[in-house]
Amino acid sequence: MYSFEPNEEQQMLVDAVGKYAVNDLRAAAHEAEESRELPKKLISKGWELGLLQASTPEAYGGFGERSAVTGALAVEEMAFGDLAGALAVMTPSLFATPILLAGSEEQKQEYLPKVIEGEWHPYTAALIEYAFDFDANDLRTTAKLSGGDYVLNGEKAFVPFAKDAEAMIVYANLDGQTQGFIVSKNTAGLTISDEREKLMGINALPTYRVKLNDVTVPVANRLGGASGHNFELILASMRIASASAAVGVSKASLEYSINYAKEREAFGVKIAQKQAIAFMLAEMATEIEAIRLLVWEAAWMLDNGKEEAVNQAYLAATGAADMAMMVTDRGVQILGGHGYIREHPVEMYMRNGRGFAMLTGLAIV
Amino acid sequence: MTIEFETPKPIAQIQFVLKTVAENMMRSQSREFDENEHAIPYGYIEFMHTAMRSTGGGSLTPRDEKPREGAEKRQPIGYQTLAAQIEMLAWGDVGFYLITPGGGLGAAAVQAAGSPEQRAKFLARFAGEKPTFAAMCMTEAGAGSDTSAIRTRAVLDETTKEWVINGEKIFVTAGDKSFTEYEQFGKGFIVVWASIDPTAGRSGMRAFVVESGTKGVSIVKLEHKLGIRASDTAVISLVDARVPYENVLGSPTVEKTTTGFKGAMATFDATRPLVAASGLGVARAALEFLKEKLTENGVTIRYGLPRNKLTSIERDVIDMEIQLRSAWLLVIKAVWMADNKKSNAMESSMSKVRAGDVTTKITQKAVEIMGPLGYSREFLLEKWFRDAKITDIYEGTGQINRLVVARQILGYSGKELR
Repeated sequence: MYSFEPNEEQQMLVDAVGKYAVNDLRAAAHEAEESRELPKKLISKGWELGLLQASTPEAYGGFGERSAVTGALAVEEMAFGDLAGALAVMTPSLFATPILLAGSEEQKQEYLPKVIEGEWHPYTAALIEYAFDFDANDLRTTAKLSGGDYVLNGEKAFVPFAKDAEAMIVYANLDGQTQGFIVSKNTAGLTISDEREKLMGINALPTYRVKLNDVTVPVANRLGGASGHNFELILASMRIASASAAVGVSKASLEYSINYAKEREAFGVKIAQKQAIAFMLAEMATEIEAIRLLVWEAAWMLDNGKEEAVNQAYLAATGAADMAMMVTDRGVQILGGHGYIREHPVEMYMRNGRGFAMLTGLAIV
Repeated sequence: MTIEFETPKPIAQIQFVLKTVAENMMRSQSREFDENEHAIPYGYIEFMHTAMRSTGGGSLTPRDEKPREGAEKRQPIGYQTLAAQIEMLAWGDVGFYLITPGGGLGAAAVQAAGSPEQRAKFLARFAGEKPTFAAMCMTEAGAGSDTSAIRTRAVLDETTKEWVINGEKIFVTAGDKSFTEYEQFGKGFIVVWASIDPTAGRSGMRAFVVESGTKGVSIVKLEHKLGIRASDTAVISLVDARVPYENVLGSPTVEKTTTGFKGAMATFDATRPLVAASGLGVARAALEFLKEKLTENGVTIRYGLPRNKLTSIERDVIDMEIQLRSAWLLVIKAVWMADNKKSNAMESSMSKVRAGDVTTKITQKAVEIMGPLGYSREFLLEKWFRDAKITDIYEGTGQINRLVVARQILGYSGKELR
């Protein structure tokens, strides 16, 4: 059957996350972006919503089952408030969700309770590399089996909270395949840049460069254990998260432009009453809804073990990145000169919107 | 409720059957009836009529689903089924689809705005012996999207209790097959939109069922078109055409409401996603053809690569797939809402906006990528490109549908956003 309404549980979650996203994250977004700081309290409050906990089984300290559809709904709602804040709150998922999806039983038991219990701690993951032709399926960072251990070499970029992270999953190229490796902080050969990355958007989210110089980890730290794991499913989950976030940011830009266009007068009418503006808004709304359904379908396919899920997630992420650029660009355009001024959030939405084509790996459902 | 994307089994089965029909009864004759514009593909029409009759339908309209006693309550999927059927038939040939016997838009108007008695009286014929057609006459030379500009008048003759209709209608899809009394076809009708009170604007608008062969009504001309040439598009003139009193759909008197007009608009809410579905069938045909030809020529699409590593053709094909699938999901959502009796004016127009765009874009791009092979009439691709364009025009142009969407998201009336 087809059906397009979240179930009761999902709706409750969406409502709770939506409240936090708008009342807390968005309220703090401008200040956070300008000062490049997210208040710890703000992150804690988001963590207390229990998104990760609700998608982790009881056996590992949580109280639920993971669902990519539910995850997509939550990420969309969170990013509707503020992207940087959303990514910060969900950073521990970058570490926990791949373990949940692909980790060995030992890895689940060892790490999941630690991540979930108590306060928000920075656990993270390093996927992106600083290269114009970066490809998650063809990494430059390498892993080699040597004397019963894996030795990692390379450099990673845009790693959220790397400085304070207790542990991170480092993705590396092992004989042509992308595989994750759990690396704890203070491991010899692991260097984290002192300086934070300076990016076009998501400035409130602290991200770092990470160097791996002969970082040696035991076979037990390979995600999934000695036999490894299927990276495709992890990548698909990352793409769905990135696409959902793109939908959330785009919705925020649309909402702001609608409100502005209904207030702003020109030639004796509200500019929303001009077809030139109204049509732009109609196209933005249509595009958002179309891509949103594509993302939902990808998530549903993933939850139901459909073969096409991996490709659909790719299509969804690609479509969402284009959609976000189109929508957030128009958000600025509708406000005209005011859209270019940082007092209005649409310019930030546009900077954030541009990121989705290259930021897969900063969130996961 | 829940979020689910599983194609219901009955729909998958129908798609399977119709695919064979599309391949054998439609594609095989596509070129012939594109080049002989006003010829009638009786073979296809007979076949579809027999097939639909034997399955109990007799028409491409959503069935009334009455839950069986004691049976578990099933989700309604009438409109979803219809959208899937139309998509598949249009994948075969959208011109043929448009002359599939059955009520078409005429019956849709009766269904949406007629009383139960009228529905019983006018709709039964589609399950009869011979294939039967009905058409919708809305557009006039001076009234396209602006339906309030309709000049056709209906005046009640108090002595005979008949409506007397005068005016001229254009762009009537299947108008000839619905009105002209062909020996091969059953008695059809046209639904004519006319004003019963020009001072009342839209609230004076009514739809009238005009039976085939009615005196004073004539087919003035059949248009020659860019595409969908298997489908006849008629100009119909009405000169003192007399119609029985009870053939008016909706109230025969003018209240200060816009019920009459809303009847027409309710029809559009139901039919826009279906028209969108027909466009997407054409788009899918073009995209599948393109991918086949690329494979034959040793071009593979490397899905999963970052954008900046893809070739231009790969990017185009991937974009086309994104456009097609996401537009289809908008259609499915709109008809799912119709099935579940949720108001879908916005979603319905969104699906039409998006389908109009992507259908034209996908077919244009496919022709471009195929080079000279795309331009040659040896393949159907050039025909699909011509057929596609109508998607963005009929049943409300892309622009009118943008207006509908904009009014919905802005909370504006037609007055506030003209």
